[in-house]
Amino acid sequence: MSKRLIDLQHISKSYDGQMVLDDLNLYIKENEFLTLLGPSGCGKTTTLRLIGGFETPDKGNIIFDGKDITGLAPNERQLNTVFQKYALFPHMSIAENIAFGLKIRKKSKAYIEDKIRYALKLVNLDGFEKRTVDSLSGGQQQRIAIARAIVNEPKVLLLDEPLGALDLKLRQDMQYELIRLKNELGITFIYVTHDQEEALTMSDTIVVMNQGYIQQIGTPEDIYNEPTNAFVADFIGESNIISGIMLHDRLVRILGIDFPCVDEGFGSHTPVDVVIRPEDVELTAPDKGILKGEVTSLIFKGVHWEMEVMANGYEWLVHATQMQPLGSHVGICVDPFNIQIMNKPESNDEKAVETDA
Amino acid sequence: MRNLRRQLLAGPYILWMAGFILLPTLMILYYAFTTTSGHFSLLNVSSITFSVHLKSLVLSLKLALACTLICLALSYPLAMILNKLKSKSQGLIVFIFILPMWMNFMLRILAWRMLLSNNGVINSLLGILGLPGLDILNTPKAVVFCMVYDFLPFMVLPIYNAMARIQKDVIEAAKDLGAGNVTIFFKIIVPLTMSGVISGIIMVFVPALTSFAVSDLLGGGKVLLIGNVIEQAFMQEYNWNLGSGLSVVLMVFVIASMALMNARGDEGGGTFT
Amino acid sequence: MMKKSAERIYLLVIFLFLYLPIMVLVVLSFNDSKAKVVWGGFTLRWYRELFSNSAIMEAFCTTIFISLASALLATLLGTLAALGIDAMRKRGKAIMLGATNIPLLNADIVTGISMMLLFVRFTRLGFGTVLIAHITFNIPYVILNVLPKLKQGSRTTYEAALDLGATPLYAFYKITWPQILPGVLSGFLMAMTMSLDDFSVTYFTKGAGINTLSTMIYTEMRKGIRPEMYALSTILFLIALVLLLFINFRPAARKERAA
Repeated sequence: MSKRLIDLQHISKSYDGQMVLDDLNLYIKENEFLTLLGPSGCGKTTTLRLIGGFETPDKGNIIFDGKDITGLAPNERQLNTVFQKYALFPHMSIAENIAFGLKIRKKSKAYIEDKIRYALKLVNLDGFEKRTVDSLSGGQQQRIAIARAIVNEPKVLLLDEPLGALDLKLRQDMQYELIRLKNELGITFIYVTHDQEEALTMSDTIVVMNQGYIQQIGTPEDIYNEPTNAFVADFIGESNIISGIMLHDRLVRILGIDFPCVDEGFGSHTPVDVVIRPEDVELTAPDKGILKGEVTSLIFKGVHWEMEVMANGYEWLVHATQMQPLGSHVGICVDPFNIQIMNKPESNDEKAVETDA
Repeated sequence: MRNLRRQLLAGPYILWMAGFILLPTLMILYYAFTTTSGHFSLLNVSSITFSVHLKSLVLSLKLALACTLICLALSYPLAMILNKLKSKSQGLIVFIFILPMWMNFMLRILAWRMLLSNNGVINSLLGILGLPGLDILNTPKAVVFCMVYDFLPFMVLPIYNAMARIQKDVIEAAKDLGAGNVTIFFKIIVPLTMSGVISGIIMVFVPALTSFAVSDLLGGGKVLLIGNVIEQAFMQEYNWNLGSGLSVVLMVFVIASMALMNARGDEGGGTFT
Repeated sequence: MMKKSAERIYLLVIFLFLYLPIMVLVVLSFNDSKAKVVWGGFTLRWYRELFSNSAIMEAFCTTIFISLASALLATLLGTLAALGIDAMRKRGKAIMLGATNIPLLNADIVTGISMMLLFVRFTRLGFGTVLIAHITFNIPYVILNVLPKLKQGSRTTYEAALDLGATPLYAFYKITWPQILPGVLSGFLMAMTMSLDDFSVTYFTKGAGINTLSTMIYTEMRKGIRPEMYALSTILFLIALVLLLFINFRPAARKERAA
């Protein structure tokens, strides 16, 4: 696998006595699309600003390509940022905006003009050189902000919720554009967002953060299918999170019923959290299920029906393509493979989040 | 048309302005281009070429320019420092710096006259310290000094306002793209505050150019600005035609300087608070 | 660190430059000596002489009256004008705003002289002409303060009120008026301060009989400086201080800034 490009070692940062990041360790591989995902205030933007050089950590080191860059100013780092509110220079034309970094690097005029044309083409805005910033729509400004950053050929592009201010349709289009750009440029993207769908769509690696701590690092599939704790499970998609007891390997007791599962190594009679995704809950005839329940809510969602089934004192969230009428009695089945066992959270922080989530 | 009826609310204002702005302007133009007997003449306007008048006009332009440049040199760093202050104390400190502007214009002149006079406060202090006296009262220097004092806030406020409007992430973006402090200053901060600088220049230059009270009271009759010439034409010689003619010339200079400045940048309004 | 202390020193120097003259005036107003640099003990003598000087007191009253009256009338005309301008189309609005800026940017001396020429032609210079002149240069300040308040979505809320069955007058009183009130108030206060401070326009439009403080100090200063002037300065500085504190730190202004 490719080498580590950025290494964050034991990073801590606090503002006015408020701890934002606590002993954070994270590496980013070359050519990776890495997303920092979490609710607001989780420390993801601070992490990005530390990498960009806009903040300095209280403790810890930032290693870039083998060199310690912790104390370097933003203008001395080989990476560029796409800002949340674009931050285009209002007094310059589009071409001047894009040329800004190149002029500082004293590139030749011909080179700069070439680069501007190339970058505008790359973001699908050919011919926009002479336009002014305020004549552009939000989506166009966003593209220019990206063009302005990538003409400098950074090794890493930092993106701080770049699609946050765009409307839904545009946001989805831009997601594909970003993936295409990343592939064409062949550079590392570090992307900050609070939108789990955005993260799942685009990333190679997702880092889920909460309250200054990394909760889980993994591929989108890992994060979705095997969340390591209740916070991740709840933040990524919808889930049924139920307290249970791991009786022994491959058998878990939930709501008084024993379910076969595939997890091992939790010991015997250990309290755990059990995650079952709503699309993994199978509804059957009442006598064929492991549990019996009654449909208490029914909403049509287009591709599926969303139902709530009351069974053994728990309201199960169920996504299914076949509808069961309101009030009907059903059985509930879960494939052992779709039962995800997690340890109960250890830190108070995790617990706190679990309760208010 | 409900809208039309609402527009009529501006009627009294339009009438008022027609009566008390437009009509007086026409009057001054009429006097400027006629003789005392009412015949058309260019003499009043062309009398600006008389050496006395020309000298005072040139002196006015020089002093106004000096005053504007000094104000600009003092204000720009001041605005930058004020802008950097913590937002909690900012309101109060900005308030402190505009307060003197609101004290009566005449009293500020009075204060400087008293400070600068031969046996005034500054010279007495210098004398106690055994230093040579500062003999600038009744010279153009004293006039510039006092005008700078009078008009400084007009320069500070628009520049400060323009600076406060610069988004923090624009500065960060420039840093991110490799700009050092010097580049950021000249490529980002200066161009983005240019509208403020321009309205500051207009708001200092025009009153400095047309003032007559400061030179009258601090120049000891020796500093004759174009404003003084006009004032004397009206109040001492009762030659309204000459006074009007020179006023029209003065207006041309005012308008020209504004046009010159406005051509340099976008409109820089909204700076009177 | 070096840079920071340099900045502090710079602020201090400018601060002294701005306030030293005022402070000296204030100190001298309590000084029981005619010489400027000798402290002859604390006294209120100059204040007593100030209040017993009928010419000064008369000028003081005239100034206050003219400021209040001109600011009030300018606020009335200016607020109506702002409502009218707001209803205009883009082009009309631009023309009106341009015209409003003229007296603001025009040289005071020319404004004063041109009005004098008009007044002398049709009437006699005096209290009335000063009042008219002050109203004229005050109106633009009111308009420029009220207009921005009208832009902030007041049209839609006004129309919503009409939609809910309010009469235009009721909708104005209940919806538009509360929205523009802060602008009307600051326009009024600014007009008043401008009027208090004016010298040039008053000088040319006042005629022989009356004086405001500005013109009166001007005449006095040509003769020489009397210690009562220091006392007057101190009082006027305090008035300016209170007025400006009120403009900047009244609760409504706070809220505007926060928004």
